[in-house]
Amino acid sequence: MKPIIRVENLTHTYGENTPFCRSAVDGVSMEIYEGEFLGVIGHTGSGKSTLIQHLNGLLKPTSGAVYLGDRDIWAEPKKIRDVRFRVGLVFQYPEYQLFEETVYKDVAFGPRNMGLDEKEIDRRVRAALAFAGLGEDLLEKSPFDLSGGQKRRVAIAGVIAMDPEVLILDEPSAGLDPAGRRSMLENIRAYHRQKGTTVVMVSHSMDEVAENVDRIVVLANAGVVMSGTPHEVFSRAQELMDVGLNVPQVTQVAMELKRQGVDIDPAVYTVADLRAALAALKGGRR
Amino acid sequence: MTDIIKTEHLTFSYPPDEGKEPVLALKGIDLTIEKGSFTVILGHNGSGKSTLAKHMNAVLLPGGGTVWVDGMDTKDESLLLEVRRRVGMVFQNPDNQIVANVVEEDVAFGPENLGVPTEEIQRRVAAALQAVGMDEFTMHAPHHLSGGQKQRIAIAGVIAMEPACIVLDESTAMLDPLGRREVLDTVRWLNKNKGITAVLITHHMDEAAMADRVVVMDSGSVVMDGTPREILVRMEELRAIGLDAPHTVELLHGLREDGFDVPLDALGIQECARAIVEAL
Amino acid sequence: MLKDITLGQYFPGDSLAHRLDPRTKLLLTVLYIFILFSAKSFVSYGVVALLLIAGIRISGVAPKALVRGLKPILFIICFTAVLNLFYTPGDPVASFWIFTITKQGIFTAFFMVLRITMLIMGTFLLTYTTSPIALTDGLESLLGPLKKLRIPVHELSMIMSIALRMIPTLIEETDKIMSAQKARGADFESGNLFQRAKALVPILVPLFISAFRRADELAVAMECRCYHGGEGRTKLHVLHYQTRDYLVLAAYVVVLAGVVVLARFGL
Repeated sequence: MKPIIRVENLTHTYGENTPFCRSAVDGVSMEIYEGEFLGVIGHTGSGKSTLIQHLNGLLKPTSGAVYLGDRDIWAEPKKIRDVRFRVGLVFQYPEYQLFEETVYKDVAFGPRNMGLDEKEIDRRVRAALAFAGLGEDLLEKSPFDLSGGQKRRVAIAGVIAMDPEVLILDEPSAGLDPAGRRSMLENIRAYHRQKGTTVVMVSHSMDEVAENVDRIVVLANAGVVMSGTPHEVFSRAQELMDVGLNVPQVTQVAMELKRQGVDIDPAVYTVADLRAALAALKGGRR
Repeated sequence: MTDIIKTEHLTFSYPPDEGKEPVLALKGIDLTIEKGSFTVILGHNGSGKSTLAKHMNAVLLPGGGTVWVDGMDTKDESLLLEVRRRVGMVFQNPDNQIVANVVEEDVAFGPENLGVPTEEIQRRVAAALQAVGMDEFTMHAPHHLSGGQKQRIAIAGVIAMEPACIVLDESTAMLDPLGRREVLDTVRWLNKNKGITAVLITHHMDEAAMADRVVVMDSGSVVMDGTPREILVRMEELRAIGLDAPHTVELLHGLREDGFDVPLDALGIQECARAIVEAL
Repeated sequence: MLKDITLGQYFPGDSLAHRLDPRTKLLLTVLYIFILFSAKSFVSYGVVALLLIAGIRISGVAPKALVRGLKPILFIICFTAVLNLFYTPGDPVASFWIFTITKQGIFTAFFMVLRITMLIMGTFLLTYTTSPIALTDGLESLLGPLKKLRIPVHELSMIMSIALRMIPTLIEETDKIMSAQKARGADFESGNLFQRAKALVPILVPLFISAFRRADELAVAMECRCYHGGEGRTKLHVLHYQTRDYLVLAAYVVVLAGVVVLARFGL
């Protein structure tokens, strides 16, 4: 697989030359592959929000570099805006950034900044709303009259409408109830599947990440501590817990079973897999 | 046991948009909360759980029916301060409920409003900060603290009014797992050790497992009421009203289908594993 | 970035200047300004300068920090100096084109610069050694008698302390909204004045909406904690004048009297 974004030895220090100086990201190297669904996990203060703001050039590395394709994104600082169009970033609680009179205008803000013509803007706004799971009947409504969940979808549509090559979402399901969470994640999965766009999802819910992504990067103390498929990562469950992260409930049950002497792979992470493993075990015992 | 909060035929509707009929957000709630209990109220967004919570210390007043706090009718304006002192409220957004820019000043805000003498305020602030485990942050600026720490400061601010009951209105919704754990542990400790009645409004199912009692709301009514074990195993019903059962329950349901003889209410990890081992 | 702005800057410490009652410090500052404006000559300015230096030494605040605080108003200082230099009538010293510099002009300009600089440094000394909360408490207490005139002193000081509390939160929020709009290609750096003003709309609208929402929630939270105005309110910290407050105030009054006397003799 080919990396679309490559982070090389990235360090970011806040408040340099002051007594409050601290590195939020320290010597991070990682790759994001074309077309993958990547999960980034880490608790608050692990450096994940600083890291993702480097991927679209909102923050400039103190040292190290970020490559998009083969180019250093800061090779031409004047063209950094183009990087932001190619790497779309949806912040946490993005509903608080809405500002236009109508949903249509708000979603069109990004495409308009790109200098597209009206016809293309119109096409993109409608497509983006559909991907975000909203009906066209909302187009002329004020975003401030919508429910909390709908506002968040409008904000996500505003980034999708730029048609980025990489879509980064910071905690897209934070604060939603279980049904809201489920349908939000379904929409994101569908977008990834239909568009083939690279998607990066930051989350602190292990269950959410385990069920959705192809690969996981775990951050702790300003650095990458683990990366790999969910199975690889959860087979190191103890290390995850040592850096203050949870593992999925199902994995915890499997680990406990193993501890009680059951011959089972402790790195399973979905209900279906654990069911299958146990059924096989029972069949074997008979 | 006696009741701290009691609602009778409680109805409420928010002022409707122009030209529209008002919709009942609460459709006749009869609920009693016992002194010293730990109750979790579950429901999806818009189920009316937060509206109900806001009736528990007279932030909202009943449209119909009555709410009593420790025997006091919340509609009686002369009792308003006494009602609010008995039932403290912690809200969702930690940044929007901290008043002062030094931790101790913020915790003192409630007692100051109640006209508590200075030495007594100092004693209460120290005790409240100790109770939530934030005593080393007495002189800190709240905006430098983490979300979980801020919510613990908000809890301390309520405790300093020496209430009988504390209502947490989705106070864990904006926190990360560590912050949620901090807040839940604090509330559980206060409930067990200080005998403070706790009412926790949430949509996180795993938070329900630690309560004495779970009340589930849907479209303005109470639809389930019982112990966590009784409620959390009703996977299909919970799904149908936009909630989730814990994964352990989902697993046990599945294993039953596969012919395993397991109980459905082994909610905890160890409990669940033990049940599976026995069934193998 | 915006976070670098230090508002109501306060350097915690344990010096005599930090321990004085905030009301004493407020009074001292008022007196200091009065003395400064009574000063007319090298001698009286010298006395005030000694006062300032003593204050700085006692507070333990780095002089560098005070000088740095002057930076934002450097332009105003230079501007007044130049105006005074060229527009004071008197004995000409030098002249070119349409400008004439007079002896009196040089003196006035010099004293003016001295006065503004010392005024700013003196008031900074107050905010550097007094926490915003202590400052509002002090103001509320000093202005207490005005309540009789139906001036809402408690309400004003509550507004001030809540504003101080919300500033860091709103600055953080502005930063966040700016980043979010930049991620959608917003451009705040180029274009003419009109375009730049227009570019602020995507920041200001969400910021205002959020500020109103916060105000609303904070009001409910305050009511839930039994806030009902200043009536019958007690305090966690009650202000008490100590012996040191009286001594420092007395010393100041003596100096003030001295400067007034000096000014009378034209010194």
